Amino acid sequence: MSGLTVASDLQEVVRRIGAEVAGPRAEAVDREARFPYESIAALRGERMLGALVPRELGGRGATIAEIGAVCETLGRYCSSTAMIYAMHQIEVACLVRHGLSVPFFRRYLAELAEREWLIASATSEIGVGGDLRRSACAVERDGHRFRIKKQAPVISYGAEADDILMTARRDTDAAPGDQVLVLVRKADSQLSPVGVWDTLGMRGTRSLGFTLETTGDVEQILPVPFADIASQTMLPTSHVLWTSLWLGLTSDAVGRARAFVRAEARRAPGTTPPGALRLAETVAALGTMRATVHEGLADYERNQDDPEVLAGLAFAIRMNNLKASTAAMAPEIVGRALGICGVSGYRYDSPYTVGRHLRDAHSAALMISNDRVFAANAAMLLVHKED
Amino acid sequence: MSTDTTEAIRTILREYGRLAEDVTKLSDQSDLFQAGLSSHASVTLMLALEEHFEVEFPERMLHRRTFASIAAIRACLSELHGASA
Repeated sequence: MSGLTVASDLQEVVRRIGAEVAGPRAEAVDREARFPYESIAALRGERMLGALVPRELGGRGATIAEIGAVCETLGRYCSSTAMIYAMHQIEVACLVRHGLSVPFFRRYLAELAEREWLIASATSEIGVGGDLRRSACAVERDGHRFRIKKQAPVISYGAEADDILMTARRDTDAAPGDQVLVLVRKADSQLSPVGVWDTLGMRGTRSLGFTLETTGDVEQILPVPFADIASQTMLPTSHVLWTSLWLGLTSDAVGRARAFVRAEARRAPGTTPPGALRLAETVAALGTMRATVHEGLADYERNQDDPEVLAGLAFAIRMNNLKASTAAMAPEIVGRALGICGVSGYRYDSPYTVGRHLRDAHSAALMISNDRVFAANAAMLLVHKED
Repeated sequence: MSTDTTEAIRTILREYGRLAEDVTKLSDQSDLFQAGLSSHASVTLMLALEEHFEVEFPERMLHRRTFASIAAIRACLSELHGASA
């Protein structure tokens, strides 16, 4: 299936959780727009939340390609579960790659691996226009303690997470782009929800807005500027894990179209069903999407220990292209699957239903909007010299 | 590189850097990103520097370190001028 080497035991565990827990509940999670408690509990039970934590700290020491494969598999069964898992691992990746030199973060990661804590992300903020790299709120320091108050338009599974990783200006005098990343504990925070999460798709991620007021010790601030964490880890990890789960959800929709065409063929042996030609085209498009996603993962794996490459424009442009092109492919290919399955795909009470897939797939172009991604590439291409 | 170069960098920075701080208050070593230089503004800044100094920043210089400070920009320009001389 995948061209990447992936620990088979991890994949077997996740396939089982997908088939036995996440898949059977995906419809209810979607309909009720509720948190997929059962799937996350099952992942916890298999020590999957601490999978990226190094072995010496008690984690599984998984690679980013392995986590990508996990997201792809989960995406086949329940995209909300897969997105929550991906977002959590993006936060863990930031801590593992930029926090291991700090005793606090070593202790935290060891405890995360033991207790299987779930981390949410509070990076967006009201008043900065959806720009990840600007903050309005600031770390207000008082000796070795700090407090931060943030108006977050979205914190996915904020109510359900154990802890939150948030951006803020370095201090009250810092420029909007001079940011740090801070791990704040739920126990030290007040989260007041704003509004509800009733959306077209990705309904199980519970991405409500919150007013977040929190305090902590300055050791909870990652020592590296957020600018570096964003370009070296947060953005590339987001793009490779999100696209992996979009690939999973798209593959499942195409799988349903294949099953539909097979059933048609069995009903009239000897004749090729009308949907077969469309299916052939759709499978080719899915192959392109799969190649794009797997090459993106391999690209990041190849370069993840080379800060020169990660900080360069070429890599940033490639990761943005991975995100934007895959986000366009997902709803397009799922739409083709719907065309093949016809009314059987359109209705919810059919084994060939792809309505949820289509609605979930439309989130891809909106989370970090494709327009924003292409605008960033447009600017970088003005000065980028190589192809 | 002369003080003229430094002054030209400061002028371009004032015009295109969209900094949160007054350029005259920055030392040559001040961190420009902490002074509010955004990644988008750094692209504009790079284009303006290329035009003014008639150089092209090669791919290997296209990262944050090149624009970390006025001194860092001057060092890169000096290297490029040395190469073209």
